[in-house]
Amino acid sequence: MLINTPKNSTLNDSDVTDENIYHGRRSLLKKMGFIGAGTLLGNSIVNQASAGLFGDDEPRFITTALDYKKDISNLDLAKTPEQKVISHNNFYEFGAKKEQPAQLSQQFNVKPWQLSISGECDNPITLDYDDLLTMFPLEERIYRMRCVEAWSMVIPWVGFSLASLLKKVAPNSRAKYVAFETLYDPEQMPGQENRRLGGGIRYPYVEGLRIDEAMNPLTLMSVGLYGKTLPPQNGAPIRLVVPWKYGFKGIKSIVGIKLVEQQPPTTWNLLAAKEYGFYANVNPNHDHPRWSQASERRITSGGLFSRNRIATLPFNGYGEEVAALYQGMDLSTYY
Amino acid sequence: MKNNNKVFLLKSFIHLAALLPLINLYWQAFADQLGADPVERVIHFTGIGSLNLLLITLCVSPLAKIIKQGYLLQTRRLLGLYAFVYAVFHLINFLAFEVQFDGALFISEVIKRPYITIGMAAFILLSLLAITSLNRLKRKMGKSWQTLHNYSYLLVVVVTVHFYWSVKSELTSPLLYFLLCFMVLSFRLKKLKRLL
Repeated sequence: MLINTPKNSTLNDSDVTDENIYHGRRSLLKKMGFIGAGTLLGNSIVNQASAGLFGDDEPRFITTALDYKKDISNLDLAKTPEQKVISHNNFYEFGAKKEQPAQLSQQFNVKPWQLSISGECDNPITLDYDDLLTMFPLEERIYRMRCVEAWSMVIPWVGFSLASLLKKVAPNSRAKYVAFETLYDPEQMPGQENRRLGGGIRYPYVEGLRIDEAMNPLTLMSVGLYGKTLPPQNGAPIRLVVPWKYGFKGIKSIVGIKLVEQQPPTTWNLLAAKEYGFYANVNPNHDHPRWSQASERRITSGGLFSRNRIATLPFNGYGEEVAALYQGMDLSTYY
Repeated sequence: MKNNNKVFLLKSFIHLAALLPLINLYWQAFADQLGADPVERVIHFTGIGSLNLLLITLCVSPLAKIIKQGYLLQTRRLLGLYAFVYAVFHLINFLAFEVQFDGALFISEVIKRPYITIGMAAFILLSLLAITSLNRLKRKMGKSWQTLHNYSYLLVVVVTVHFYWSVKSELTSPLLYFLLCFMVLSFRLKKLKRLL
């Protein structure tokens, strides 16, 4: 039994400042300022002064708390702090630099949203924003996330398995692969509008899985992280998480899921086929042509000295669950 | 103002402009104020910083000629040495924070990854230029000093290739740097023709 003795410094959920209050702290300060300074100065002067002082008052995207079943099987994994998970993102639709998605996506509109599931199936459906959060019971999954760039995080996702979604549409016998597509909306996604900002990849972003990979219980449709709905930089309102594959397989802000007969094209493979395969299973024995994949830097808390380089595990440590999917396949041919 | 004073002021400015960003960078990195992955940030910052300083160094003599201010040449060595300092930090970042003193990994990456191989080659060349900038060595070397230092033209191109090769998909910035290389080298077309 795990006995967890809280330290004096340990914070409870009840100690956490409500997010809305946190983001509204500047307006709270302003209001306090008005009462004090407003009695001395004309309102307009205060207005101008506060606008200048508090110029960084861009409204942030509001995430809301979710109801979900806790993951109690992976408590020994040291999680990457939430602030790092939501500020270090590869989501080129909002800029190719790591910090850009968090900066350039806060006005992103997820309501209304439409996710269509179609193709080789008996009951194609289209889900709206509320369906995404209510159609299936939500559960937490604490997964390792291994980026192809050789860094990794541990993230508590909230979502439902892709298998339960696919069962709903009843795939037919021709459904051999699943193709995913991100929203294409250059007005909202500056990286799609501006080639330099968007890192020169083709849009819309597309990804794919083999049907048996898609049906594996580990494969998650995530609608949240750290107990709340996803912020845009992490792929709001719904994204894919395939923990035994490199992070780029985890396509974000999905609008289309299509069951298909042929292996679908995938964005990074289209850009550089020698560097990024369709399968993209985490594999320490198959290097990226330009860097080693044998180890990774695990991003946790702390600065320059506090992160550790650790060995990368085959299938990112999920071999027990998924290695059988690739029996008889040469993983250095099908990388 | 006397030229000596101008040089003194310029050099003071170069010291500040080169050192303050570096101090600020590591201060932020140690305080965990540099985003989620400070390693990537310090590597990129020092790498691009070194390339920028190399390009600036190569601008000095054309500029001095064009605006007829010969004393500017006296800042060239300092600028070049700061390009070297940034390159040293770039390499230290890679060794200490990226591969985290895994010697075997470091060596295999340098050998197996062409873009790291040429980066390392560029670093060795830049080190030679930095060491031979000592007056005493310069005097001892005589004519061969100039021959060695003419390799700075090759160096700036190699460093730009290293940058181009390292990026994942965004090619606009490296291509811009190739254009800058071409510009600083275009002032030396005659000399380059003679050398080739």
